[in-house]
Amino acid sequence: MKFDHIIIRYGEISTKKRNRKGFVDKMKAHIRWSLKDIDGVVLTANRERMYVLLNGVDHKPVIERLTGIFGIQSLSPAIKVERDLEVMKTAALYYLNQTSEEVSTFKITTKRADKDFPYNTDEINRALGGHLLRNTEGVTVDVKKPDLNLLVEVRREAVYMTGEIIQGAGGLPFGSSGKAMLMLSGGIDSPVAGFLSMKRGLDVEAIHFYSPPFTSERSRQKVIDLAGKLAEINGSMKVHIVPFTEIQLLIQKQIPENYSMTTTRRLMMRVADQIREKEEAMALITGESLGQVASQTMSSMYAINEVTNTPILRPLITMDKTEIIKIARELDTFEISNLPYEDCCTVFTPASPKTKPKREKVNYYESFVDFDSLIEKAVAETEILTIKPGQTFDKPEAMEDLF
Amino acid sequence: MIYFDNSATTKPYPEVIESFLKVSSDYFGNPSSLHGLGVQSEKLLSAARNQVADLLKVKGSEIYFTSGGTEGNNLAIKGAAQAQMTRGKHIITTAIEHPSVEDACYSLTQSGFEITILPVNQLGQIELCDLMDALRQDTILVSIMHVNNEVGSIQPIAEIGEVLRQYPHVLFHVDNVQGAGKVPLSLREAHVDLCTFSGHKIHGLKGTGFLYVREGVKIDPLFHGGNQETKIRSGTENVAGIVALSKAFRLSMNNQLLHHDKLEQIKQYLYKGLNEMDGVLVNSPEEGAPHILNFSLPLLKSEVVLHALESDGIFVSTTSACSSKKRTVSKTVDAMFHDQARSESVIRISTTYGNELDEAKQVLAAIQKIVVNLEKIMRVAK
Repeated sequence: MKFDHIIIRYGEISTKKRNRKGFVDKMKAHIRWSLKDIDGVVLTANRERMYVLLNGVDHKPVIERLTGIFGIQSLSPAIKVERDLEVMKTAALYYLNQTSEEVSTFKITTKRADKDFPYNTDEINRALGGHLLRNTEGVTVDVKKPDLNLLVEVRREAVYMTGEIIQGAGGLPFGSSGKAMLMLSGGIDSPVAGFLSMKRGLDVEAIHFYSPPFTSERSRQKVIDLAGKLAEINGSMKVHIVPFTEIQLLIQKQIPENYSMTTTRRLMMRVADQIREKEEAMALITGESLGQVASQTMSSMYAINEVTNTPILRPLITMDKTEIIKIARELDTFEISNLPYEDCCTVFTPASPKTKPKREKVNYYESFVDFDSLIEKAVAETEILTIKPGQTFDKPEAMEDLF
Repeated sequence: MIYFDNSATTKPYPEVIESFLKVSSDYFGNPSSLHGLGVQSEKLLSAARNQVADLLKVKGSEIYFTSGGTEGNNLAIKGAAQAQMTRGKHIITTAIEHPSVEDACYSLTQSGFEITILPVNQLGQIELCDLMDALRQDTILVSIMHVNNEVGSIQPIAEIGEVLRQYPHVLFHVDNVQGAGKVPLSLREAHVDLCTFSGHKIHGLKGTGFLYVREGVKIDPLFHGGNQETKIRSGTENVAGIVALSKAFRLSMNNQLLHHDKLEQIKQYLYKGLNEMDGVLVNSPEEGAPHILNFSLPLLKSEVVLHALESDGIFVSTTSACSSKKRTVSKTVDAMFHDQARSESVIRISTTYGNELDEAKQVLAAIQKIVVNLEKIMRVAK
């Protein structure tokens, strides 16, 4: 017994009207890409649904990949059998047994498109239902709210069965919302912010501020590991690593200690915004959550945001830390983020940063220092890496022969 | 010299030793150190982990490096039992397991666990119906080896996995120390939860190995300390050994693809030759693993035969190397045939990639000669 095809239902795309085709095409391309190494499967799409024809390929790995693709609301595997009541019984039982969730109630809904079939709808319902009841333990019929509504469709060429509904990832197809730059520090929040942005169809590139020797290679590695996790969603992630030491040293020297954090964030924004412009992206993404730390108070955001009028997306702004951690655990980024290395946000943190910085004051302090040339230099010397899924480290050529 | 004792241990590949030397001398940092040397070691460790995982088509986070097969089996069985004991205290295993599985299970009886031992048939395989009968409400673990170390019989791991799928609370542990790199096994398709591997059986170094723990399966550690290997196996990682292991595994898997047929050819040659020889009983099933051939000379003492072959430069084994320190009774052969004379006079030949048919011919001739000569002497002694 093999599955014939998988039905894919669109999520929010289905509310789109004239521009729907663009969304569907983006999703189709993403699904094709994610199934590219599975030989034999064929993808077809219409305005309402997509179908993956399995052509004999095992359905499980295909479903596993599809459930990670944004834009898909739900999936249902479907079975195709010959028009023989005994075979249909076996198939119905097989379908019930293979469901990933435990099924304790079911109903059978038969649709007989071919009226020449020797049994009518009711007879088929009874025959299949009886067979399932006889061959399972603790499974009962519930016609109102069944765990599994097994849809049986009798057509001229064959009988199709489906019914299990597997939740998809939701959201919008990859890239359908354009591109944005994620400020990826290595902490718990920023990867979650990146994930949620990708879910809404953004193509995300990461920016990381690296301050050797104050932050170690490990903090940089941590960011690469995190990007490797996020890359699992879309196949790869670009990471821009900005050398930030010189700027930080200048801040330490020239800006009063309680304002150094505010200025640091403002300069990070300015550098990130220039990289954004180079990459033709349209927004910056941060993992800020209102009031979480000194730089994320309303006053701080007001003072920091002054440096750019580029949209700054803050997907976590109203979330509690516990909610963020929950998503980070699901994403598998929590363990990586939690490693205790100094990063760009922690290393120069003053003992008591201003929680209510003022725009006038920070502008006044910064007016004595020329940061522009250093910003230009940092942008020019930024290193760009393309990280592949799960890639934690490229074996450097010198080490390659060890493996 | 003809080395036909590859199930006791294999000769490390020269490339493997090279890797070990290079990592030991150039990248000696502790992977937990914060400085650059530590980072390099950590990178090597994670690359080795990913390479091993890729070869098994699993995730890197599912691989835990250990000191070898014995530790892997103990960690899997005691770790799973400890973590799952609130669910039940019943474990199922077979009559032909390696002592590190058998004794690990027995040690748990002191904490109130019950052990069911499944018998094997004359092909050295368990019957699925025996397993199904043995499963109970309080069963938490089934531990069954893939390839038997003494006779090379292969257990139907995929079928067992299919049976156990109906029992989601039962963990499935497979000792794959002898099967790795010789007999294919898909951990995912066989629904295996825990799987033991050893480095020195696949041309790596002694003191290396790893345990596969499927994502979502909880086991308790045997060692407590620095929380290495995500707390499952504390102790500073043997980075050089682990890198060497990942290379040995890759080379062995390559050889499995390229040279499996040759190994099978050598085995079939020996199988046929020994089967036709007077006074010899072949214990290995014809359909077993391609690298292990076990036979008995019921009229002779196996240790005498072993030394006679050694004087011809041929190295074989009487029973599994680990149990030869005890009595020289083959547990597996006894479980298969229930014949004392047969299980006390066992010789095991185990080959690997690189062995030639020519060597098998020499070995067969040597055995023939010994049988004829010794039988004369032994008869006098009688």
